Amino acid sequence: MPSPTISAPASSPVMPPEAATAGPTPGQRARALGFRFAPALAFIGLLIVWEVGCRVFKVPTFLLPTPTMIIAGAREQSLSIWTVNLWATLRVALMGYMVSIVVAIPMAMALASSKLLARTLYPMIVVVHSMPIVAIAPIIVVTLGASDLPRVVITFLITFFPIVVTTTAGLLATPEELIELSRSLRADRAREMLNIRLPFALPYIFSALKISTTLSVVGAVVAEFVAAEHGLGYFIQFATSFFKINQSFAALILLVTISLAFFQFVGMLQRVFAPWSLPKSER
Amino acid sequence: MSDTPPVISFSGVDQVFTRDDRTTVTALKDLNFTVGRHEFVAVLGPSGCGKSTLLRLIAGLVFPTRGKVDIYGQQVVEPRDEIGIVFQRPTLLPWFNVLGNVTFPFRHKYGRVTEAEKARAHELLKLVDLEQFATSSIDQLSGGMQQRVAIARALLLDPDIMLMDEPFSALDALTRDEMSFELLRIWTERPKTVLFITHSIPEAVLLADRIIVMSPRPGAVREILDVPLPRPRSFDSLSDPRFNALANHIRSRLFARHAA
Ligand SMILES: Nc1ncnc2c1ncn2[C@@H]1O[C@H](COP(=O)(O)OP(=O)(O)OP(=O)(O)O)[C@@H](O)[C@H]1O
Ligand SMILES: [Mg+2]
Repeated sequence: MPSPTISAPASSPVMPPEAATAGPTPGQRARALGFRFAPALAFIGLLIVWEVGCRVFKVPTFLLPTPTMIIAGAREQSLSIWTVNLWATLRVALMGYMVSIVVAIPMAMALASSKLLARTLYPMIVVVHSMPIVAIAPIIVVTLGASDLPRVVITFLITFFPIVVTTTAGLLATPEELIELSRSLRADRAREMLNIRLPFALPYIFSALKISTTLSVVGAVVAEFVAAEHGLGYFIQFATSFFKINQSFAALILLVTISLAFFQFVGMLQRVFAPWSLPKSER
Repeated sequence: MSDTPPVISFSGVDQVFTRDDRTTVTALKDLNFTVGRHEFVAVLGPSGCGKSTLLRLIAGLVFPTRGKVDIYGQQVVEPRDEIGIVFQRPTLLPWFNVLGNVTFPFRHKYGRVTEAEKARAHELLKLVDLEQFATSSIDQLSGGMQQRVAIARALLLDPDIMLMDEPFSALDALTRDEMSFELLRIWTERPKTVLFITHSIPEAVLLADRIIVMSPRPGAVREILDVPLPRPRSFDSLSDPRFNALANHIRSRLFARHAA
């Protein structure tokens, strides 16, 4: 008796068959294309306004170089210089990010499973996070010496907080019924964590991982500002001190590109491995 | 009484909770009743009168402050294998498809799913009339279909006792009626001892052999009523004069606070 109401008709019976095969009109198609490429068009529009605006109002190039000057600036340095600096920053950002994940997720599991641990550890985490990262960066560099290590630590400090906090919230947001189901099956706490709480927290974990992608690049650059001999952050400081603003801008654009690519990559991982954890509109 | 012990028995059960601020709440006060084999018992009472607590006591998820709860004559000291639970919300796992959700209790308990268990799950999906949705993802199902998956999940480990905590209260009225008859059909095909918690008087009368009517603050048994309607029940049961007489009796009992 329930089945007839369940199976929805394959195609809407109201629509005449011709309309279904005719497809969209040229006007509709243009609008759909417009919607699809709107972000790119807006971006190109902005570049044009920037270029024309700078030329018309004769903005001094050391204040704001035009896009064409930035491209020219990028070509003033050899490709190998760019790749060396880019790799230096990317490496630190990725290592800090990985360490964050490896530390933060088990820590969130501990915080979610013990009230005592939550009471003792949580305030400490908040205190560490409250320290302005720019202020402790020099101290860390002095303490840990000149290598990738202090930079990775600084990146870690900036990225791990959102992962711990958000993952803990996700682990605790599991429906109470499922925890009772688990207990009624006499499953142990480890099973409850791995089979129920952790997968339930995936939407939260992925949000945190996405936020932390851009933060990891910020962390790497902040660390390079303090002490480094390579890296895009270091390069920006160096170029700026010689008033090569167009080269600084070129490095900035590279940083933005890394951040965006990293963010998109994590988004892609989520779409491939846990599509259910995305809102329906984004699947 | 015969010498076989009742399936469920409450004797002098009090349940007192201590809140974080050290105040105490008496959720249940001096509960005494028994449930027999393959009996369908409804528990009816206003919000907060301790119905869910009663169910958790049977499930071995909480333990009484005073008195004892027995299953087959043995005191409940931990969750037992004979029990399947259906909650108010289906609470399925979005990362599994329908079949994965039905087999979940086995996977969770034993760490893997056997072919035999998969076959059983398919059989249960047939029982709840969802066999063509085995590989669907759960967000493609309506609320009523999801609750039927939850029922199949509760039946997977073949429990003798089904505990149902307002399983249809999140559904719309039409789906709810449909689900009541579905449940009766399933119960006829797979007889179980059922404890069915509900807020709905007609639902209790239509489904149950006996109704435990509870009063709030502290939750106590106000009366236990036999439902005189013959089985199998159908739409005709709803127009049986005894149906309305009993429903009206319960209504007057629940609402006439001072008369009781
Ligand atoms: N773990 C707990 N700690 C403290 N108090 C509790 C706990 N569980 C239940 N209570 C209290 O016990 C009383 C009964 O709760 P219970 O959930 O059993 O009621 P209910 O009849 O199921 O209500 P509803 O119909 O709204 O589901 C309530 O006052 C509730 O606040
Ligand atoms: Mg309840």
